[in-house]
Amino acid sequence: MAIAKRHRTELATQKFEYAPAPESTDFVKIEPHYGLFIGGKMTAAHSKKRFATINPATEAKLSEVVEADEVDVDRAVKAADRAFDSWSRLDPSRRARYLFRISRILQERARELAVVETMDGGKPIKESRDVDVPLSAAHFFYYAGWADKLEWAFPNRKPRPIGVAGQVIPWNFPLLMLAWKIAPALAAGNTVVLKPAETTPLSAMLFADICQQAELPPGVVNIVTGAGKTGSLVVSHPAVQKVAFTGSTEVGKLIQRSLAGSGKRLTLELGGKAANIVFEDAPMDAAIEGIVNGIYFNQGHVCCAGSRLLVQESIAEPLLEKLKLRLGTLRLGDPLDKNTDIGAINSKAQLDKITGLVESGVEEGAELFQPECKLPERGFWFPPTLFTNVSQSYRIAREEIFGPVLSVLTFRTPAEAVEKANNTPYGLSAGVWTDKGSRILWMAERMRAGVVWANTFNRFDPTSPFGGYKESGYGREGGLHGLLPYVELN
Amino acid sequence: MRGPHEIRGFRGVHKTYKLYIGGEFVRSESGRAYRVDGSVNVPRGSRKDLRDAIRAARGAFPGWAARTAMNRGQILYRAAEMLDGRRAQFVEVLGGGRIAAREVDQAIEAFVWYAGWTDKLAQVAGNTNPVAGPYFNFTIPEPTGVVGIVAPSESALAGLVRRVAPALCGGNTVVVLASETSPLPALTLAEVLATSDFPAGVVNVIGGYHRELLSWLGAHMDVNAVDVAGCTPEEVASIEKSAAENVKRVVKIKPSEMSPQLITAFMEMKTVWHPIGV
Repeated sequence: MAIAKRHRTELATQKFEYAPAPESTDFVKIEPHYGLFIGGKMTAAHSKKRFATINPATEAKLSEVVEADEVDVDRAVKAADRAFDSWSRLDPSRRARYLFRISRILQERARELAVVETMDGGKPIKESRDVDVPLSAAHFFYYAGWADKLEWAFPNRKPRPIGVAGQVIPWNFPLLMLAWKIAPALAAGNTVVLKPAETTPLSAMLFADICQQAELPPGVVNIVTGAGKTGSLVVSHPAVQKVAFTGSTEVGKLIQRSLAGSGKRLTLELGGKAANIVFEDAPMDAAIEGIVNGIYFNQGHVCCAGSRLLVQESIAEPLLEKLKLRLGTLRLGDPLDKNTDIGAINSKAQLDKITGLVESGVEEGAELFQPECKLPERGFWFPPTLFTNVSQSYRIAREEIFGPVLSVLTFRTPAEAVEKANNTPYGLSAGVWTDKGSRILWMAERMRAGVVWANTFNRFDPTSPFGGYKESGYGREGGLHGLLPYVELN
Repeated sequence: MRGPHEIRGFRGVHKTYKLYIGGEFVRSESGRAYRVDGSVNVPRGSRKDLRDAIRAARGAFPGWAARTAMNRGQILYRAAEMLDGRRAQFVEVLGGGRIAAREVDQAIEAFVWYAGWTDKLAQVAGNTNPVAGPYFNFTIPEPTGVVGIVAPSESALAGLVRRVAPALCGGNTVVVLASETSPLPALTLAEVLATSDFPAGVVNVIGGYHRELLSWLGAHMDVNAVDVAGCTPEEVASIEKSAAENVKRVVKIKPSEMSPQLITAFMEMKTVWHPIGV
């Protein structure tokens, strides 16, 4: 007994040291500057404005990209418009072949893509390597197969492509969001103008190269870089008939407003403030891992992150104790290191936003916990953070932080958990942890959210539709349902 | 002695048209009316009437959404029965003749068609998804919530039923804004809905001026979707603009359409994951 106790104490104080295990970057070639991908090739821009994209973990400049202006966007849209006629009439099985080929090249160049994604965005290499890149390839593979089966997807209807799709994507999963946007659009016979996020343009530039390697017909995919202004030029261009946006609810509302009366089709995948609900009968260790994965995956830069932990009061104390211990074992640092759990915050602006919201949490009276955690001197970093004593009215319980910050609330009854979970204008995702099957289904039924993870969290798959209720947007991406936004039905 | 039913020269009883809110036939709280067809007073609903209707719809939503699909189907079918029983009245309201009779047929048909969809929709619009991992994953359609429907003026009965029936079919609750120029079919339809076993508040019908009510409907934070079937292009643009405030779904499917996609236009897709293991 005494021995067992001593053993436990030793375990608790034991330090695990990890030798650095950085992924090499020597075979990755990043150009000093990029043009715009229009009409099947990299072209010189009309705009003379350029901006740097940096590695957020080192603040070193990686490359320079164009801030595309009205003339550039117009060229890109016209190229897409010209390509639409032949692409939409192409034998669907041939469209499928191009998409299959793109998927294969994504697999072939997986390492290069993963390293660039991590350098440009700051996410841990184990995530870009094991999640972003394989899921992107899988997404193209899945929709490739739909290209010549659309009539089976919409029985009794005649699906037709819409035209030019203008697509604006965020910086948290740059390549994966590109895949979610481009794959279904192309499969259904549309052509695309895509604008990647300003802080993470590089994987899209690599993708331009992949389109050329796959010999995709010119103009089917066009990529213009820039910030919000360029994005608004893309969505407002009169020849763009379909708009798809993933990003903040604030910008989503601006886009919905700006497209009013235009007759353009619109889908929005916006913010979230998901509840991750843990009942007293949940398998505790699995739940702890789920909570950690739910909010600290990709530094919490995840729209469906489980940012509100709702714990049943009876287990709150032991669960929090364990969770805090677990937070202490998370390794923060060099995103290229294969052991890293928490990488760099994507940008200075995002770091400031997180810092501001965390300060508001402290000011409003929540209790802050951060494990001992040495932050690198250069770059943008934020330690894994946990707030207890949080009231539903606090900003940290209501607003999307988009960082590694968890707000913990408690509940007594299932009905109270439902009430608190749904007490938000968002409705993207929810988590439920319990051993009781009937309760899982009862809870899943009552969550006003587009994705419910039961006894798991943050799982994604090309066959699984993803998207929000309420102010988290409308339309679905992934699965059969992900085709609907890209077809007209006769 | 003559009984009261034997009054000489008896010409029937004129009906006072009313709004239908929360299961009750009420006058506009504003006390106002406007005239259509030169002689009939139609209640001119106010912003507050609209708000009352939306509140009633929100209150009725959880109960209606939780009804079994079978039960919702039975109630929609009863609406068809009630409408059929008052066929002559509706033909008259629609102006009489063959065209009016055909429109009543179409309205009845729409109720019957969507009554049959309630317990099939999830099988057609839902899936299990073969994800690449040890998870059971399925997608089901769920109602989006409170739906505002701006009734079309053309085909004021059938056109309206073709929007109301799919919205109710999916489990939403509804606030109908009757056509401004031909409100009587919608206001009379409320009498059918009131006797079809829809719980109070599931459907609400108000009449009034578009220019007074549309902006409030488009901007109301407790409305999840608006069907703009009866709006002019300018009104659509204005509703779309104010709809952004709470990311409302704006449904713009052409008024004659009858399809499962019109049901799902008022619905959300929910995807549930669970690990498989021992």
